Amino acid sequence: MLTYTKRWPERTFDILNVVVLLALCIMTLYPFYNIVITSLNDPTDAARGGIAFWPRVFSMENYKVVFQDERMSHAFFITIARTLAGTATAVLFTAAFAYGVSKTELMGRRIFLMMAIVTMYFSGGIIPYYLVVAKYLHLKGSFLVYIIPNLFNVFNAIIMLTFFRGLPKEIEESAKIDGANDLRIFWQLVLPVSKPVLATIALYNAVFHWNAWYDAMLFGNDNLLTLQQILMQIISSNSNVSLMASNLGLGSVSAQSLKLATMVITTLPIVFTYPFVQKYFVQGVMIGSVKG
Amino acid sequence: MSSLPSKRFWQQRYLMLLTLPAVLWMIIFNYIPMYGVIISFKEYTPFQGFLHSPWTGLANFRELFNDPTFTDSLVNTFKISIAKLVFGFPAPIILSILLNEVVFKRFKRIVQSLTYLPYFVSWVLVVGLMYTLLDPETGVISKMLVSTGIIGSDTMMMGSPHTFLTLVVFTEIWKNIGWNSIIYLAAIAGIDPQLYEAAIVDGAGRFRRIWHITLPSLKPTIIILLILSVGGLINSNFDQMYLMQNSMTQDAANVLSVYSYKTGLVIGRFSYGTAIGLFQSIVAFVLMYIANYSSRKITKESLF
Repeated sequence: MLTYTKRWPERTFDILNVVVLLALCIMTLYPFYNIVITSLNDPTDAARGGIAFWPRVFSMENYKVVFQDERMSHAFFITIARTLAGTATAVLFTAAFAYGVSKTELMGRRIFLMMAIVTMYFSGGIIPYYLVVAKYLHLKGSFLVYIIPNLFNVFNAIIMLTFFRGLPKEIEESAKIDGANDLRIFWQLVLPVSKPVLATIALYNAVFHWNAWYDAMLFGNDNLLTLQQILMQIISSNSNVSLMASNLGLGSVSAQSLKLATMVITTLPIVFTYPFVQKYFVQGVMIGSVKG
Repeated sequence: MSSLPSKRFWQQRYLMLLTLPAVLWMIIFNYIPMYGVIISFKEYTPFQGFLHSPWTGLANFRELFNDPTFTDSLVNTFKISIAKLVFGFPAPIILSILLNEVVFKRFKRIVQSLTYLPYFVSWVLVVGLMYTLLDPETGVISKMLVSTGIIGSDTMMMGSPHTFLTLVVFTEIWKNIGWNSIIYLAAIAGIDPQLYEAAIVDGAGRFRRIWHITLPSLKPTIIILLILSVGGLINSNFDQMYLMQNSMTQDAANVLSVYSYKTGLVIGRFSYGTAIGLFQSIVAFVLMYIANYSSRKITKESLF
């Protein structure tokens, strides 16, 4: 950039720009900050409202109650299990397809790709999908309903496909001469050098699994409740929280506060994960958007 | 190349082993449900399934077009989608331009990273945040709005059909602005810096450079994303709508996807619900086709 003297409208613009962006940051962060401080406040006192900057009467009571709740700890377990198992299987399954169709010599490659792309524009809608999963595959009420229907994702496959295409061909060719088959090459050569793209896709999958409530609502039962679903029930009606609170000998006045503690616990893991993988996913968005 | 298909297949057996499971998965989870759409022309019963349920022709669609709730949900869908398009679409473009003009690169990075954050939390949490912050008795934001006189002290923000649309658009922007700006920032990063230098030499100020260099360079990206959003006009986010509805805002939140879910899966009218879904998909595709066609004619940019 050339240096040049700035005139006053430009300076005003610079200042306004910083002010606007700072305001945006506050608007983004404050809601999160507010639930954290309110959840750390004494429940009876919090009911008076008006906690804006810091807890008035500090208390961990809300968190104690939430952690003692059995439904909560079970949902925690289910959510972690589906996030780990779902992410690992989906990344491998999608990568396998993407690697296969990245090879130009593969028979039927164009057809497979067409099949994948068509699904981005057409779908049967929610009801036929529900019927296939629940009535034909009998997956309703089974833990596998969280894993199997989410094994594959077209957008993620395209991101990986683009990445695999860019890998140098020489390494694979020399491995072939040494007698390695395609499975071995995929597993021992391609996957280890594809860590950035695998991390991106893993993050997308993990976020999806952690935040999923819709499939839990459609296909789950009491044993398969996820954190988000509990949160949803708590938000949509305060009765559950009041019940949870009264079971534990607390007044219904803390319903609101328990809700906040649940919100914080449910969200913290994802918020803490994302700075670590941030450097990867921007790349992912850009590759993914090429094909729309 | 001249080898027999069977021999070629055998040579590629391991590649096929990697590829075919996903193809099979697509058939089961994408193509069979697509075929299952035929139940919108049938009266589906669980025992007879997709194949053997009795045909009813267009009966479901005739009922649909005479159903006032359907008409209402169609109007709601368009109202919400158009509001999101008008206010939500330009937001990330503006953000990316503002970010590009920031002099301190570290500040730019911090703002960027912070604004991605809401994209990663669930709609369940976002709606929970709204209920908390907008609670008429304890909510910090509603108290602030009351004390500045923007709303009356008796306003229930989450329980009024009048504020509903504003909240829908606002949360949509709040959740996605940072994430959606990534693609525009990438496009801006690809602009040749010499263009800006030449403009500075010619005496162009900040605003002229934004207007004559940054915006025109973003045009192809803007158009492609606009076509895609027009296609999505009718698919107003199910998560957001379903979670934001309550007994007071039900009428405003009843969009096609929610209506399809409720009639099809909650009440159990599978065929009728599927007909709503099919109607929705067809309109979405037609809208995208029209947007793509007009864009190709007017600006020479198109998706397909």
